[in-house]
Amino acid sequence: MLDDASLQALALTLRLAATTTVVLLLAGTPLAWWLARTRSRLKGPVGAMVALPLVLPPVVLGFYLLVLMGPNGPVGQLTQSLGWGVLPFTFAGLVVGSVLYSMPFVVQPLQNAFEAIGERPLEAAATLRASPLDTFFSVVLPLSRPAYLTAAVMGFAHTVGEFGIVLMMGGNIPGKTRVMSVQIYDHVEALEYRQAHWLAGGLLVFSFLVLLALYTLQPGRRKGQGA
Amino acid sequence: MKPIDTTAGIAGISASFRRSFADFSLDVALAVPGRGVTAIFGPSGSGKTSLLRSIAGLERAGSGYLSVNGEVWQDDAAGVFLPVHQRPLGYVFQEASLFAHLDVARNLGFGLRRVPTTRRRVSLEQAIELLGLQKLMQRMPGTLSGGERQRVAIARALATSPRLLLMDEPLASLDIARKAEILPYLERLHDELDMPVLYVSHAPDEVARLADHLVLLDAGRVTASGSTRELMTRLDLPLAHGDAAAAVIDAVVSAVEPHWHMSHAEFAGGRISLLNPSLEVGQRVRVRIQARDVSLTLTRQEGTSVQNIFAVAVVALSPDSPGQVMVSLDAGGGTLLARLTQKSAQALQLRPGSRVFAQVKGVAVLG
Repeated sequence: MLDDASLQALALTLRLAATTTVVLLLAGTPLAWWLARTRSRLKGPVGAMVALPLVLPPVVLGFYLLVLMGPNGPVGQLTQSLGWGVLPFTFAGLVVGSVLYSMPFVVQPLQNAFEAIGERPLEAAATLRASPLDTFFSVVLPLSRPAYLTAAVMGFAHTVGEFGIVLMMGGNIPGKTRVMSVQIYDHVEALEYRQAHWLAGGLLVFSFLVLLALYTLQPGRRKGQGA
Repeated sequence: MKPIDTTAGIAGISASFRRSFADFSLDVALAVPGRGVTAIFGPSGSGKTSLLRSIAGLERAGSGYLSVNGEVWQDDAAGVFLPVHQRPLGYVFQEASLFAHLDVARNLGFGLRRVPTTRRRVSLEQAIELLGLQKLMQRMPGTLSGGERQRVAIARALATSPRLLLMDEPLASLDIARKAEILPYLERLHDELDMPVLYVSHAPDEVARLADHLVLLDAGRVTASGSTRELMTRLDLPLAHGDAAAAVIDAVVSAVEPHWHMSHAEFAGGRISLLNPSLEVGQRVRVRIQARDVSLTLTRQEGTSVQNIFAVAVVALSPDSPGQVMVSLDAGGGTLLARLTQKSAQALQLRPGSRVFAQVKGVAVLG
């Protein structure tokens, strides 16, 4: 039913989405924490930057990343001087692009959860001898579990469906950067509608199931403070 | 500025904080005993909570100094500031603020397991027993009543063996029935644990019941500090005026008459009769006598139903609400308050030094 090229694209897509999600959960947590707690004037601009991919066509994002990270771009110059080569048209480049592209889907649920918890549980924990780091792991993290589930699922699913960025800065290299959405595009271009159907239909069913699980398994948003 | 501590020596709590907010400034210097319950009393907006939070380190004052029984927790002049989690204190917030993801047992254990074994003086069992939580241990906070939650919060703070317990109007968010449910636990705390407590309140009855020592706060300044008994009857202070004005007297039970449901207790000014049969001879009781329940006569009344009559001398008179006057009375060293109409004060020709008899209609035992 799926040819080898499609299977390869599927595997690559899952690897990309998983890597992106892990990176985003790790990097997004401190960013979301900062956004939720800061009184800095930078909160607005940084929040807007994080949310940009929600409104920006992915092709635009991909274009600028290509320019920045290409051999003559500032980031490209840096990565070359560090001996990493240039990122566009590599898997690492795709991860960087996906992380930026899917960032709001991870950072925003976490930020909302951190804001909902409020000041009080943190103060209570401090008066009970918990250091700030201790408080984060013993109070904030458990209270934010539903948000982490949402963030992970949304980040993963959103990365699976990306196309514009990949095409701009990843190209179409089998096994390296040819992910599912590009593969579907290729199939359609080649008039291989049957193969395209399998992949496109699979993606549709996958997306629906993910959202269904998210909306049914998570009964009502837990209130941050409650007691 | 370090307040000079005349009442408590090194074994006391010295605090001074100065801090400006947009519409309010806190500027306090106080020294209170390092034991017993000290109530911080004042109208809302007087800076009580701000003071308590500064003591906890939850708010950092512009400049501050704090030492607790000889240990300096904060001295901004010397660059000393212990972060909250390093101060051996307990804090009870107005709302219980339990951790919603932990059951009662784990809430109680949260602070306890972060305190080194060598520094534990209150056992978990003791805290559970004191607040009557035995049956609630497996419950989640969301399933508890407001009163139960607040008891868990108090026990959770106690279980860390704090060297200073801070309570910010712990009863304010509760209705009268829940308050009545918790007050006895607070009294047991006072009697059974030798732990200094700072108790923020704006309810005179709570203060009368729980506090040994009183700090009056108004507009971010300390207006008076001293023993509860003394401050509640000082006519120059707002506490001794209005409907709730009352004197607090400590007495010792001398006789019990179970068939009359009565007890009798001795204080400096004489013998008080109480409608309370459950007391024991020798027991110390604190009673409250409200100013509006005291009337004055020039001669000792015979043939009256009033049992509590004391020979007293007028100390001072002070205008109260329109048409009324508050009189402070010396009853053999104890102070009583009487609230009279100006007309009757005039008719009796009361002036400082007048010898009269105080008839007391109601006496409440505070426990």
